[in-house]
Amino acid sequence: MSNLLSLITFIPLVAAIILALLARGDSEASQSNVKYLALAATGFTFLASLMLLSGFEPNDTGFQFVEERSWLLGMQYKMGVDGISLLFVLLTTFTMPLVIAASWNVTHRLKEYMIAFLVLESLMIGVFCALDLVLFYMFFEACLIPMFLIIGIWGGKERIYASFKFFLYTFLGSVLMLVAMVAMFADAGTTDMVVLLSHNFGSDTLTVAGFHIIGGAQTLMWLAFFASFAVKMPMWPVHTWLPDAHVQAPTAGSVVLAAILLKMGGYGFLRFSLPMFPVASDLLAPLVFWMSAIAIVYTSLVALAQQDMKKLIAYSSVAHMGYVTMGIFAANQQGIDGAIFQMLSHGFISGALFLCVGVIYDRMHTREIDAYGGLVNRMPSYALIFMFFTMANVGLPGTSGFVGEFLTLMGIFQVNTWVALFAASGVILSAAYALWLYRRVVLGDLIKESLKSITDMAPREKMIFAPLVAMTLILGVYPALILDIIGPSVAALVETYHSNVAAHGIVSSAASTASH
Amino acid sequence: MIASDFTTVLPEVLLSLYAMLALVLFVYTGKDRHAGLSVWLTSGAFMLLALVLAMGTPAGTASFGGMFIDDSFARFCKIVILLSAALVLVMGQDYAAKHDMLKFEYPLLVALSVVGMMVMVSAGSLLTLYMGLELQSLALYVIAAFRRDSAKSTEAGLKYFVLGALSSGLLLYGTSLVYGFAGTVEFSGIMAATGTGDLSIGLLLGLVFVIAGMGFKVSAAPFHMWAPDVYEGAPTPVTAFFATAPKMAAMGLFARVVHDAFGGVTADWHQVVAVLTVFSMFLGAVAAIGQKDIKRLMAYSSIAHMGFALMGLAAGTVFGVQAMLIYMAIYISMNIGMFALILSMERDGRPVSDIASLSMLSKGQALKALCVVFIMFSMAGVPPMIGFFGKFYVLRAAYEANMAWLAIAGVVASVIGAYYYIRIVYFMYFGAESEPLDTQTPRRLTVILVASTAVITVGAAFSLFGIEPLAQVAAESLAN
Repeated sequence: MSNLLSLITFIPLVAAIILALLARGDSEASQSNVKYLALAATGFTFLASLMLLSGFEPNDTGFQFVEERSWLLGMQYKMGVDGISLLFVLLTTFTMPLVIAASWNVTHRLKEYMIAFLVLESLMIGVFCALDLVLFYMFFEACLIPMFLIIGIWGGKERIYASFKFFLYTFLGSVLMLVAMVAMFADAGTTDMVVLLSHNFGSDTLTVAGFHIIGGAQTLMWLAFFASFAVKMPMWPVHTWLPDAHVQAPTAGSVVLAAILLKMGGYGFLRFSLPMFPVASDLLAPLVFWMSAIAIVYTSLVALAQQDMKKLIAYSSVAHMGYVTMGIFAANQQGIDGAIFQMLSHGFISGALFLCVGVIYDRMHTREIDAYGGLVNRMPSYALIFMFFTMANVGLPGTSGFVGEFLTLMGIFQVNTWVALFAASGVILSAAYALWLYRRVVLGDLIKESLKSITDMAPREKMIFAPLVAMTLILGVYPALILDIIGPSVAALVETYHSNVAAHGIVSSAASTASH
Repeated sequence: MIASDFTTVLPEVLLSLYAMLALVLFVYTGKDRHAGLSVWLTSGAFMLLALVLAMGTPAGTASFGGMFIDDSFARFCKIVILLSAALVLVMGQDYAAKHDMLKFEYPLLVALSVVGMMVMVSAGSLLTLYMGLELQSLALYVIAAFRRDSAKSTEAGLKYFVLGALSSGLLLYGTSLVYGFAGTVEFSGIMAATGTGDLSIGLLLGLVFVIAGMGFKVSAAPFHMWAPDVYEGAPTPVTAFFATAPKMAAMGLFARVVHDAFGGVTADWHQVVAVLTVFSMFLGAVAAIGQKDIKRLMAYSSIAHMGFALMGLAAGTVFGVQAMLIYMAIYISMNIGMFALILSMERDGRPVSDIASLSMLSKGQALKALCVVFIMFSMAGVPPMIGFFGKFYVLRAAYEANMAWLAIAGVVASVIGAYYYIRIVYFMYFGAESEPLDTQTPRRLTVILVASTAVITVGAAFSLFGIEPLAQVAAESLAN
């Protein structure tokens, strides 16, 4: 089937259009129709994406399922996946049905809500499939629109501030990337990413307004892309939009944000920064390492001090993304394997943690840690699930969180021991804040009057967690499921990267000259 | 010889004849009773002319001894002008009827100003340019003050007139300098006289004055002061007209002068245009933030958009002109949609233009609110709406002309500007509840709003409806 990728990308959009045109009224029956249609669409998308997985040939490191049509301005509509992007597509299609199911109790403007999420799903899949620069940018940026509305319309008390901050922050990051894309277009004469991946962008030292720019055009473009992806990721110190957005977004919005939207930054680094600007990546990797190390330690400490559960998990996300950036720019097999693994596993774990918060928020309408305590007495199965994901978040061996952290640390250890040392301390800190959160919310005696009548999880809620628990466990004990798929593509990426750095690099070539 | 000259100018002649004949006819047959007919007739005439222009092939050569040029560039601009004028006329009819300004002269004045615009974009000499410009402006002064009993409307008309006269003065002064130093007013003659080296100081002064005069007409900062007051004060149908066709005409004129007459000395003017660009983009973005009136906001928004369109011209390349043309076409399609909304904003039968009155529009009028969301994100330049492609074209033009700094300034300005566009979305979707607007909307406004939104949203999927090659042919037909 040659149009499989387009099919997967646009099924949710078509469903959204059907909803917009056909769904009428606010009656109970029509609301449940809307919900079932959305669930069916996302479920069908997931099934279609499984066909992608079964047809995928891991040992072919090129792009597969490629579609190409010409478009305006010499650009083309080009889609395709390789080992790096395939699993992100699956992560998206896997998460969305759960997100829809987790929103079963939404009644406020339900139709618009489901439309927003369906449109968002289309755009997110598009980001991971696009093989044209401008097409990628379109999907990447367009995600802001539904997310802005989701936070703004269905968010909490401070939703207006949070939605504006989210939109403007990420928009400012990405427009610089747009200028770099224009520059790449002008330099290479095409927006086809497959061609761009093998194009050598200039790395001779440039002088701009009196400043000598080592690495030249590559450095400038790298920085422009970095502005966008670092904000999206988010990396310290441009992470401040994330806690606000997470806290104010509705549960489903937080899940999507944590599980998928953040991964676009990491995917961008892997797809653009590393392979297209190898010299600049090599040059600026230490910057990324230290920013990541600071992110891991600093945001873990900040997480310790939080009063709001969602904020705490948001800061823990920033810390975990620190491992990802560190692993990517370590630029060796373990580092990048680990980074991708960490992103996927963080998608399951942080998504599940936000859902955990959502479960009790639905009952008590507060996210203050102090408002809880002793939940284990009335909610045993909730306590179990929450504990499982807390442990996964900490990186307990046997869960997928461990594999990602271990591989990235191993990757960075080969490149920079000091950074590895600081980053490893984050493992302890994460145990501190996560376990402390768990103790304060779940353990102890149930003394608060308001909690005396709280009910345990309903079957629907358990059903939502079941696939997440399964994935976290399976990947934890058998990581080869993922590593076998991404391995060959990552190996090819690492190899080209190092040969490019050896041919044009500044840092490495200077070092090798010195050693002679 | 003369006969072939007249065929090139036939559309303008026919439109003028129509305006004059209709004027006489309506005066003798009952004046305002036929105002509705006058609107439809004029609008139909615009459409017909646009069709004729689109079907025929441009003569390519200059006629009347080089005074008048009928090339692809002129045709592109004219078609955009005619179509937008036709739509805006039809859009405003209900509003005009309701607020006692549906007079038969109104469409005819618009027709005359459109004749002026068509002459502007076809100008082959500074004199034709001035004639077209004045014909256009005189008609616009009158319709800005069309509600004689409204203080704001008359104030807008007067302000527009005084500042317009000032800009015409600047333009004329520049023209006289250019004539004095080049010895001719014809563009081809000026082109020959300037050569490709540096301009003489006299010609340079003349060029700067001419650019300043044209800057007024496109409302580029720092020559923008009239725009907010006139937009706010003029009756809304007139504002809608101001924001569309005259902008295209002025931009076309701008491109014509800098490329046809001064195309050999790009280095002398592209910095000036770049400065106009930066000022307009940032002023439009920053000053709009504090606005409470949506018509004023649209004025600042159009200043910012003119900045982006000028960025294409600042590049000084054929691709730059192409980018500008595409940008203008996109700008106009977005503005037509937006003004369809503004024209329908009424509370208890009285027009309101307070931004806060849009609060929670999504509750009562979901379709309208949804359309405006798309238009707003398009104006902010968020893909996949076509507003993004307009920006992409001009950014690329600027970058390829070695003005990466201009491109960076542009995207930063667009982020600042995004704030007030999404603020409107905020009012409509998650603002505080307020007294709702009237839900009765004339059907044609809804149709135009939805159609414009559809164009904006799916335009990218249809390769911008094939406008790209047309704009390319148009841009290539300019002398440079």
